[in-house]
Amino acid sequence: MTAAIQVNAVEKSFGNVQIIRDLNLSVAKGERHAIIGPNGAGKSTTFNLISGHIKPTSGEIRLNGEVTSGLRPFEINRRGLSRSFQVTNVFARMTVWENVRCAVLWATGHRYAFWKNVDSLPEVKQRTAQILDDIHLSHRRDVPAGLLTYAEQRELEIGITIAGGASVIMLDEPTAGMSHAETERAVALIRRLTEGRTLVIVEHDMSVVFGLADRISVLVYGHIIASGTPEEIRGNPKVKEAYLGEEVD
Amino acid sequence: MTNAPTPTLAAAKQESGGALGFYGVWVLAAVALVVLPLIFSSGGSLTSFCLIGIAIIFALSYNILLGQTGLLSFGHAVQYGLGGFLAVHVMNAVANHNWPIPLPVIPLIGGIGGMAFALLVGWVMTKRAGTVFAMISLGIGELVASSSLILRSVFGGESGITTDRTSLMPMFGWTFGPQIQVYYLIAFWVLISAIAMYALTRTPLGRICNAVRDNPERVEFIGYDPHVVRYLAYMFAGFFAGIAGGLTAINFEIANSAYLGATQSGLVLFSAFIGGTAYFFGPILGAILVTYLQLGLTSVTSVWQLYFGVIFIGIVMFAPGGIAGILMKHRPLIRAGTLGTVIPSYLVAAIPTLAFALGIILTIETVARFSGGDVINLLGIPFVATAPTTWAAAAVLVVGGFLVARITWRRVAEAWDRAATVARDRGYLA
Repeated sequence: MTAAIQVNAVEKSFGNVQIIRDLNLSVAKGERHAIIGPNGAGKSTTFNLISGHIKPTSGEIRLNGEVTSGLRPFEINRRGLSRSFQVTNVFARMTVWENVRCAVLWATGHRYAFWKNVDSLPEVKQRTAQILDDIHLSHRRDVPAGLLTYAEQRELEIGITIAGGASVIMLDEPTAGMSHAETERAVALIRRLTEGRTLVIVEHDMSVVFGLADRISVLVYGHIIASGTPEEIRGNPKVKEAYLGEEVD
Repeated sequence: MTNAPTPTLAAAKQESGGALGFYGVWVLAAVALVVLPLIFSSGGSLTSFCLIGIAIIFALSYNILLGQTGLLSFGHAVQYGLGGFLAVHVMNAVANHNWPIPLPVIPLIGGIGGMAFALLVGWVMTKRAGTVFAMISLGIGELVASSSLILRSVFGGESGITTDRTSLMPMFGWTFGPQIQVYYLIAFWVLISAIAMYALTRTPLGRICNAVRDNPERVEFIGYDPHVVRYLAYMFAGFFAGIAGGLTAINFEIANSAYLGATQSGLVLFSAFIGGTAYFFGPILGAILVTYLQLGLTSVTSVWQLYFGVIFIGIVMFAPGGIAGILMKHRPLIRAGTLGTVIPSYLVAAIPTLAFALGIILTIETVARFSGGDVINLLGIPFVATAPTTWAAAAVLVVGGFLVARITWRRVAEAWDRAATVARDRGYLA
């Protein structure tokens, strides 16, 4: 079976500084895959590379078997990959409803249409309402996204990410800055909404990682030192030495 | 899917209520446009209405860029002017060949001209937003404006190209010679263009324009190319600007290089900004105000542009949302019924503010007319520009007005906070 995401020998340098070196990563379809690693290991850069935000210096990235390295983010998105951002990245002056609806429009085939009334597109309306319901923000639908609470914005961020119906979802630290109760809520939400899809998640909270992930990759200094099931990662001496040591046991 | 019907139903309900109000507004606008010249029938007001109508289309077209898509253009008059030139050339050709094309179609030609130019230069221009776009728009604006003086066969040099709107075939017995017929032609295009531009904001493209304005980076991750979105917005803006240019050509029966220049581009930016770019109707208010000011001020003072500058700075500093922003800020208060608690503080603040404004006017006029030793008539009181008493009066008004106004505006802010808190508690956010 083709992997959902296949990263082959990718390198990324900014000037003389090599951030990512010989990165190899394979995420199977339907798998929940967590990427962990110390600060500055290149987790966000890996996300940016896979989603097309930045281009690799060398190497190749495939999405569902198709080469996507070198494509623009929207081209990769149209091929079925959607990502969220570590720093909330929503449409601040638009309402919650409009935020989600914008994320639904391309996927429902309306593209750049300027001859259709956006309010009278039944499937758009239904799907937007469904997503709002899923992320528990229906009661806030007419509030500008910039006025939401932090936790609500994080939920909206996830809502926008999943709204297009992408088969591969990448979440960059979705629970960062959340309280314990909010985190639990968010994890339940992620688990439910990514059912049947491929999930790649960067996360610092180890309880989230080990509770959610089928497989874990450990990234240290731009290189993946180990990939495996949570048990394998827990038992891996290299991982213990490099990163987890005191945190996992 | 189980919970989906509830929000969907609520949404449908809300939108059908909105639709009724929506059509109501346009019917009202149509009636107003028909009735206006019957109430104010003097030649002067008819001329003003024609200019205001054109300014409304132009300012709304500008707001497709600035307010809807977040593109700050310093060269929007290019599309307007080229639309005007194309309209004049087509009118002359139609008249020469006796083609069966009536005058009311001509603004559409102007629109096509504006759009064609946008199509040509837009792809390169809209690659980036922000400063890059602003600078390129300025450059293109200057380029076209200066070419218009060089390419004489197309632009007619300094004198421009004239035309005769009555030489086209009449429609329903209308020759469009009398200004009133031109007014109705303009009014028709104002209504059609405004409805079309509003409708555009309600389409998938219109919504994505807003998304590009708010966050172009994120737009790329929901499947859209912000470059394409900006390009399309630029073409639509060019189209409606061209319609406004075509109407101007019909109205004045001439197109000249002034249509294309930086002054015209500045004026439309000014109109949209003063009116308020965050709301669709903002630029309409701005266009009305700016055109009236332009017409009114030029007859009373030689330094009317200075007043424009002062007003612009004032709006940027104290009301960046423009007139529409100020009005819409009051909406939650009106809904919650707490507006009455703010009004007295407004009235109190109005007195020193007015004194301050008068002081500024007196200062400006004194400086402007000092060498001539002219008399300034302000509120019926004659002030001699060279008299020290006049300078003293101006100084007292400016300094005293400012000091007192500052205190009263603080009171306004307090009254405002109280009223807004009550409105928020009652659940009115906007």
